[in-house]
Amino acid sequence: MKVLVPVKRVIDYNVKVRVKADQTGVDLANVKMSMNPFDEISVEQAIRLKEAGQADEIVVVSIGVAKNQETLRTALAMGADRAILIEATDNVENDIEPLTVAKILKGVVEEEQPGLVLLGKQAIDNDANATGQMLSALLGWSQATFASGLEIEGDKATVTREVDGGLQVIKVNMPAIVTVDLRLNEPRYASLPNIMKAKKKPMDTKTPADYGVDIAPRLTTVKVTEPPARKAGVIVGSVGELVEKLKTEAGVI
Amino acid sequence: MNFGLTEEQEMIVSTVRRFVEEEIYPHEDLVDRTGEVPTEIAAQIKQKTMDLGFYACNFPEEVGGAGLSHLEFALVERELGRGSMALNHFFGRPQNILMACEGEQRERYLLPAVRGERMDALAMTEPDAGSDVRGMKCVAKRDGGDWVVNGTKHFISGADHADFIIVFIATGEDDTPKGPKKRITAFLVDRGTPGFEIAPGYESVSHRGYKNMILRFDNCRLPDAQVLGEVDGGFAVMNEWLYATRITVATMAVGRARRVFDYALNYSAERKQFGQQIGKFQGVSFKLADMITEIDAAEWLTLSSAWRLDQGLPANREIASAKVYASEMLARVTDEAIAIYGGMGLMNDLPLERFWRDARVERIWDGTSEIQRHIISRELLRPLGA
Ligand SMILES: Cc1cc2nc3c(=O)[nH]c(=O)nc-3n(C[C@H](O)[C@H](O)[C@H](O)COP(=O)(O)OP(=O)(O)OC[C@H]3O[C@@H](n4cnc5c(N)ncnc54)[C@H](O)[C@@H]3O)c2cc1C
Repeated sequence: MKVLVPVKRVIDYNVKVRVKADQTGVDLANVKMSMNPFDEISVEQAIRLKEAGQADEIVVVSIGVAKNQETLRTALAMGADRAILIEATDNVENDIEPLTVAKILKGVVEEEQPGLVLLGKQAIDNDANATGQMLSALLGWSQATFASGLEIEGDKATVTREVDGGLQVIKVNMPAIVTVDLRLNEPRYASLPNIMKAKKKPMDTKTPADYGVDIAPRLTTVKVTEPPARKAGVIVGSVGELVEKLKTEAGVI
Repeated sequence: MNFGLTEEQEMIVSTVRRFVEEEIYPHEDLVDRTGEVPTEIAAQIKQKTMDLGFYACNFPEEVGGAGLSHLEFALVERELGRGSMALNHFFGRPQNILMACEGEQRERYLLPAVRGERMDALAMTEPDAGSDVRGMKCVAKRDGGDWVVNGTKHFISGADHADFIIVFIATGEDDTPKGPKKRITAFLVDRGTPGFEIAPGYESVSHRGYKNMILRFDNCRLPDAQVLGEVDGGFAVMNEWLYATRITVATMAVGRARRVFDYALNYSAERKQFGQQIGKFQGVSFKLADMITEIDAAEWLTLSSAWRLDQGLPANREIASAKVYASEMLARVTDEAIAIYGGMGLMNDLPLERFWRDARVERIWDGTSEIQRHIISRELLRPLGA
């Protein structure tokens, strides 16, 4: 079985995000970018499937700017076999919308014929949580979202889903779209030998036009603002002072 | 000229960074408090380093290493420098000098060291011979076909965990117009060799848990098979293999300084006095400006000296400059970070006082600041006959 893993290059989760003065978006100039953490989990899961003998090839695909090849290279260094870079824009600020991404991915799926597409449940930049679901609808494939467990047996996948108030276990037909949640696995480090091998692994470059997709935005961002400021904390000097503050200032004891 | 890293180098940096943050940071307080690295933690770090293919990454591929360039190795060590030296000792980087092993020495020392089966340490310093290495008193005398060794080494880092130690020992003396001059030979000495004792050393304020040991030789008999390099060729192997170790000190100082800087920067933006963040006072903000400028300067000095080695260019002076500047930069940066934290900076609730203590030794080991300045100035003046 071939597994397709789309990966997004996003602002690194450690970076303190700043809203641009003109409120059109967040500042991405000179900011560290990394693989969307949920996508690392998808890549890890694909590698585990391959190690378990359930997958034979892992193809990673990223849609965005030329620099997304760094993100793909990271996935290759973790253990993916092949990469497809889809250069959709030369401006990092240009976030490609979920529907556009889903349409391009549909083209990739038709070309690659994977048995499973593993996506992150959402990207930590726009938090849309939509691409996997849209792709499933466009393809007419079954979907299982928020996976915290995944077992594949024959043409069925058993997926444990994290839902409000507990876990739900569902069975879906393969080929399927699965979006992964935080607790599915802990992604591995890229080992040094794999880092060195990553460069030699194939990477194709395409454009949205190759899949007949127009990337023009359908949504308009009205305004981006900072969340309300949290009040600064204090470092207390002693337990006594802490108890005092909890009593008098916080009023919790 | 290109100051950027390749994709592989970026990935190497991020893997090691993550390793240090996840596998080293959590144990640092314990190690600093107790002065010991628990055996199971040491074993775990070593195993994970091997699994990641980073063990002995400074060695060429033909002996089982990863064949990193000096520059790439400096990047690895820069990231390691963020974490405790006592712990990252087990992110094994055997001494490159083991490449001087010949014949069956390769099977007994070099290859097991690269595979992580045997750990090494290196011993030059003696109670009466520090900067003046040639002044050593530890001596090996011929007896039949063997050598008989007597003397003492001290401050030997990592000897507590070492299975064997590379020891520099005097094997003779030449009369020169400037007076007698010792001939030195490097020996491979196994732990457990009769007449050889590895004894506990002193307690250091810097890098607690990264122990320094005392080595005692009492009529210790070593066959010729234990000679590393040539008899009387100790300085030759030292010069060929050891001068790059100063890059380790410099690059680790840069990594640690960056960690310290992040504390200072964030605190400057959070701590309020006189109704505003202390970073808004120029007295504090200019400290930050100086700190980051010096860190960057030290980093480029260090990386460029490693790059020179990779290019086969002379680098002795440049490495000395990097070592002295980076280690002194770390002293200033840790000191200013404490200034920015005020009293809290000295308390062991925060790791800053540890960084400050740890910083002191960087100006001493691998050649003191004075010795590095001596090397730098001599290279400049000697061609002028001064
Ligand atoms: C924690 C620790 C670990 C160490 N680990 C090892 C190890 O693993 N293996 C090893 O072999 N050694 C090790 N060393 C030894 C280290 O390299 C020496 O401490 C260092 O070379 C200085 O020698 P010394 O301490 O004897 O000082 P000295 O050489 O006695 O120096 C005393 C002072 O005199 C100055 N001085 C000496 N000569 C000159 C000169 N010509 N010009 C100007 N100033 C001069 C020095 O700069 C210094 O300020 C370690 C040291 C420490 C503290």
